[in-house]
Amino acid sequence: MKPLLAIFGARFRLLLQYRAAAWAGVVTQVFFGAVITAALSAFYAGAGDARQPLLLSQVVTYVWLGQAFFSLLPWRTDPEVREQVVSGGLAYELLRPVDLYALWFARALALKTAPVLLRALPLFVVAGLFLGLRRPASLEAALLWPLAVAGAVALSSAFMVLMNLSLLWSVSADGIHYLVPVLVMLLSGQLLPLPLFPEWFKPVLLVLPFRGLMDTPHRVWLGDLSGAAAAYALAHQWLWLVALIALGRHLLARGLRRVVIQGG
Amino acid sequence: MAQIEVRDLRKTFQVSARAPGLWGALRGVVRREWREVHALAGVSFTLEAGELVGYIGPNGAGKSTTVKIMSGILVPDHGTCLVRGRVPWRDRTAHVAEIGVVFGQRTQLWWDLPVVESFELLRDIYRVPPPAYARARDELVALLGLEPLLDVPVRQLSLGQRMRCDLAAALLHAPPILFLDEPTIGLDAPSKLAVREFVRRLNRERGVTVILTTHDMDDIEALCTRVIVIAGGQLLSDGPLGHLRQRFGRERWLTVDLSDPGQADPEQVDPGQAFRAEEFGARLVRRDGGRVCLAFDPERVKPAELIARVTARHAVQDLFVEEPPIEEIVAKIYGEDGRIFPGGPGSPPP
Repeated sequence: MKPLLAIFGARFRLLLQYRAAAWAGVVTQVFFGAVITAALSAFYAGAGDARQPLLLSQVVTYVWLGQAFFSLLPWRTDPEVREQVVSGGLAYELLRPVDLYALWFARALALKTAPVLLRALPLFVVAGLFLGLRRPASLEAALLWPLAVAGAVALSSAFMVLMNLSLLWSVSADGIHYLVPVLVMLLSGQLLPLPLFPEWFKPVLLVLPFRGLMDTPHRVWLGDLSGAAAAYALAHQWLWLVALIALGRHLLARGLRRVVIQGG
Repeated sequence: MAQIEVRDLRKTFQVSARAPGLWGALRGVVRREWREVHALAGVSFTLEAGELVGYIGPNGAGKSTTVKIMSGILVPDHGTCLVRGRVPWRDRTAHVAEIGVVFGQRTQLWWDLPVVESFELLRDIYRVPPPAYARARDELVALLGLEPLLDVPVRQLSLGQRMRCDLAAALLHAPPILFLDEPTIGLDAPSKLAVREFVRRLNRERGVTVILTTHDMDDIEALCTRVIVIAGGQLLSDGPLGHLRQRFGRERWLTVDLSDPGQADPEQVDPGQAFRAEEFGARLVRRDGGRVCLAFDPERVKPAELIARVTARHAVQDLFVEEPPIEEIVAKIYGEDGRIFPGGPGSPPP
């Protein structure tokens, strides 16, 4: 554990230094959040008395939570790992007496926490004071929410390692970088809250791992998922986490047999 | 038992090949063609603990491939490799904890962190107990003169400074084996000397086994007692530096400063006066103003006799006999392999 904590700690501290990027991120997220909430308010106003799966106030809170946690989404490969694969620095990574999957996971974990922390805290303050972000629905929701967020962070890190692994087959991750963001934004509920999706599509969303990244923690916060439903959603996160780690380990073992560290 | 045992290693890489031009590019989209490159075609050797071995060969000879296999980051297609009784790639994490590796063209330090923080990270990654770490760090800092560099972020170091820090980084966990892949590449003369001196002491005083790949023959001459030459994926020679000279470089060189520099140039003076190497049963290596350098085989032409004949024929200001530099010998070995340097013996490496 000590080597992994050291790797995580070093990167976490390093990432906390990027404050300017975080502030720029906050401004962008406030802008996008404002646009999305405005659009959804208009839809709700236009829908008249039709029953909606969530109240407008809940939808607004859902959107702001999504904006606060935007950088939690796994939408591209780890730039550090990409750099290593391109430059051949991966050789040094393999020279560490540490399991490579665990090493990449620890790196991803740092990348999915430090920047999120820097962005989420100001957004919570701004959106909570001025933009309609509500408190957790209940004490139960407030206690369960950190668990759901932890699950989302772990799930996102496992996703990121999977994307990193694609680099072992194709050095340019362009394909991944075009495809994954769209999928992740749509299927996690970042673009449109998942409860607002058409009924026929919901079973698919329910099974896929992406809702564990955003939708699950948000709806736990809203109290929309509670009791057995919340327990089921958290279990869904951890089952997928185990599956993604197993898949990642399998691919890594295969990838390492064919990886060639060029030059030198 | 030998510390490192390599037997019949083979490794073939698939390189995608493409016909040139637009048509070739389009065809490549549909059907990819592969070409096989035999990086290693059956390499065997054993190393004992405490050896300092030079591993040399032209670019693409298979040096780095061998080093990568021995350090556990590349899997060979065929053959065995045992390092301290372990198969490196099968037991990677246990294996790499006992070796140190420095790739001259890369750094293992964290670019944004001060040097000392990189060291501390490595201490945690290699699980070095704090007292052992403090001892190793203080020793390395003293030996390599790193004191003023410890607080500097790595990206601000010069290449020579960075290399010294990288050497220290590779040794914090006190590995008994050190792989150095072109450690002096791009360094200025004082930095090269510092690196060589450090490697020598590490080997002599601490008994660390060192495998050094390099293109710098001065490194080899200064450090190595044993030299393994590889080209085209095969061993060409393995033995003490002296044997290499005996086998491939029985030649000696005679350098002569002529009193009349004009005589050195056969086209400038009248034919009776000109200096001709063939006249003395020797081969002309180079001409530089009034200085000529002859290569001769001491078994056929006795040095004293050669000197007598040269001085009888020409007025000479100064002369000396020497062994040819190791570059020349290596160029000759590569040349014998025909495929590599068609220029044959004596043509310098590129």
